[in-house]
Amino acid sequence: FLKICYVSARIYFFPNFPNENFAHLHHCRHYTAGEPSGAVKVLATSLLAVSGGVGGTVLYAKWDPKFRATVEKNVPYSDQLFSLALGPAAKDANLPIRKQVSALHCDLDYGITFIQLRKICFHTVSHSEASAEATHIISAIGEVPSIPATCDTEATAVSGELTDPNTDIEPLRERPVEEVTARLAQQDQEELDTLASLSTSLDDSLANSAKATLQAIGAQEAALQAIAQHTLRLREAMEAEVSSQEKSAQWKELEEALTHRLSAVDDAGSALQKANESLDSLKAIIERSKGLKVPAARPLILAAEENLHNMAVDLDKAVTQVQTAESEAKIVSQYSELVNEAKQQFQREVTSLTPDIQANWKGLTGKLSADDLNALIAHAHRRIDQLNRELAEQRVREQIHIDAALDQQKLEDQRALEKAVNTSLQHVREEARLEQERKLAELREVMEAEMRTQLRRQAAAHTDHVQDVLKVQEQELKAEAEQVLSSKMLEQETRYRQLGQEQVDNFTLDMNAAYARLKGMEEAIDSHVVAEEEARRAHQLWLSVEALTYSLKSADVDTPTVPLESSAKAVRENCHDDFAVALMSALPEESLQRGVYSEAALRARFNSLRSLARRVALVDESHNSLYQYFLSYVQAALLFERKQEVPPTQLSSDDLDPFKLLSYASYCLEHGDLELAAKLVNQLRGEARRVVEDWLTEARLTLETRQVVGLLSAYANAVGLGTTQAP
Amino acid sequence: WGFLAVRINICIELNVVNLLLLQATGLGVGIVFSVILFKRRTWPLWFGSGLGLGMGYNNCQHDFRSPYLVHGHIVKVSTERKV
Repeated sequence: FLKICYVSARIYFFPNFPNENFAHLHHCRHYTAGEPSGAVKVLATSLLAVSGGVGGTVLYAKWDPKFRATVEKNVPYSDQLFSLALGPAAKDANLPIRKQVSALHCDLDYGITFIQLRKICFHTVSHSEASAEATHIISAIGEVPSIPATCDTEATAVSGELTDPNTDIEPLRERPVEEVTARLAQQDQEELDTLASLSTSLDDSLANSAKATLQAIGAQEAALQAIAQHTLRLREAMEAEVSSQEKSAQWKELEEALTHRLSAVDDAGSALQKANESLDSLKAIIERSKGLKVPAARPLILAAEENLHNMAVDLDKAVTQVQTAESEAKIVSQYSELVNEAKQQFQREVTSLTPDIQANWKGLTGKLSADDLNALIAHAHRRIDQLNRELAEQRVREQIHIDAALDQQKLEDQRALEKAVNTSLQHVREEARLEQERKLAELREVMEAEMRTQLRRQAAAHTDHVQDVLKVQEQELKAEAEQVLSSKMLEQETRYRQLGQEQVDNFTLDMNAAYARLKGMEEAIDSHVVAEEEARRAHQLWLSVEALTYSLKSADVDTPTVPLESSAKAVRENCHDDFAVALMSALPEESLQRGVYSEAALRARFNSLRSLARRVALVDESHNSLYQYFLSYVQAALLFERKQEVPPTQLSSDDLDPFKLLSYASYCLEHGDLELAAKLVNQLRGEARRVVEDWLTEARLTLETRQVVGLLSAYANAVGLGTTQAP
Repeated sequence: WGFLAVRINICIELNVVNLLLLQATGLGVGIVFSVILFKRRTWPLWFGSGLGLGMGYNNCQHDFRSPYLVHGHIVKVSTERKV
């Protein structure tokens, strides 16, 4: 973080330098080419600093995820950079937790609650020893009542709890309830399956090994018995003094017994091997099942182990018995061998002395001669002496032999002792372990039972709480339903009232409408009457206006029209609104009193006026001497202009020449445009103006009157059109 | 039509010119006797006719100018200021 500050400080300061450099370059031209390289140097150093800062940030983020998170939060696109450089950060801590969770879950099933699961998640750091588990369970149970078990889904509680600020680990991804239950169910199923398979395999192997062991033990016992029998027989054969047939029978029996013993021993050996094999297989299965860590199989495993142990012990016992028997038998056989050897030797001696004598010499008392007897006795005496000597020697060597034998025996005893001690130690150890495991299983059961009681208690508390909450909810829902019902009732009532009101309103509306229509009809009739009246009046107006127009036409060539007073009066009587009245008042008095001249009269007059006006064209206010009169007279005589000329749409200054104006005006008059002619004549100035003044006033009068009359007639026409109704 | 009459009047005025001319000439004739008594010179005739012509011309011109003449009035400024 400091590094960033430092780098940023450098960056802040560094941009100043290039700017200054460039400013210097701009201002002071006499700087040599050393300045640009200085700028390049500065640029390179700044670039290096920036890259160093970025690299340092990335490295630190790799080491410290908190820093990484802060940088990602604050700097917009840094998360992309980090994911590019370091890989995603958020997922790493989840997997080990989940593995441990699954391990723990495998250890503790019986429908673990989510709370417990979460608690175990929190304590995943410690390894799953039995005591630690027990403490976890107890702690979880202890903490259970303090958690507010709301009616809301436990999943949300789980999610809330799971996203506790365990800042070392990234927050766990919440698994939905269904997934967890499914997983649990699946795990249970798996466990059951493995358990079943395990139990079957265990049972099978147990059975096999038991059978084999029993067989082995049986075989061993048989061997033991055979050996015992054999030794007995041997001893009997050795010691008993019976007849030869019996002896031979005995020897046969002995041989049989020997063979029997050998076979038994072989059988025992093979059975032992088989038993060992089966025991080994059983052990292997037990090991494997232990490796699976299915807790329900534990008692099975325990039982199997015990059985195994017992069988091993029995087997060992039997084997030791057989071994002891064998050793005894060996001794006896050695003894028998020695005896046989002595016998044979004696026989040989006897035969060497008396070749005739048969093996079974006891029955030959009558056959032997005196010499033979003497020789025999001498031999016997000699033998006796020898034997006495040997005996003395033996007695002397006895002690040594005995010591040696004792030592040997001691050694052997020691060895046997050690072996026995080892085996017994092993057995004891095995037993202790089994005991321990048994105790463990018991303890576990006790714990399970306790946990179950606690869970039951919790379940009871939960049900109580749920009942309470349900009651509360019931109340709330009832209140809500009542509210809804009341609102609906209100709504219905209002609607009913509304409908009633609507009906009343409609009725009144209809009544009003009918009344209005009636009124409308009456008004229509009245207006019809009024309209007819209006129409009549308009008709009259029109007639009077027509009369007025006609009277306008009554002008002769030189005399004006009749005075318009009478017709104007008639019109005035007939006009009933302000417009017509105003128009009537706009009629000039002269026309009323004297009448107006017609256009033709004006035209005729104009022609005579024209020549006069031409003659006085040059005379105006400033130029009005007789000389001017003379000049204008001469001008009029000399100047020729067109009689009629088309007046332009816009008069220019040289159109204001009187001659031109007069020609324009005469053209207009010839074409009936009195108004334009009057306008043009109005442009005359000076004496010519005075000459045409009267004409102008007359023309004005005529125009005014005509305008008014035209307006009136138009008005009358309009009114008439307005009032007449189309058929 | 009114102006026609005016024009005729103007022509009559020209006759007046002639009358004046005659008056002047008469003057000359009248003076002739004295002049003849003096020396029988013609200059009074011309003088008189010129006089007469000029007077007639002036009269005629005045008649023709009469519409254009501006008549000024002397407005007495009273000592008392009336609003």
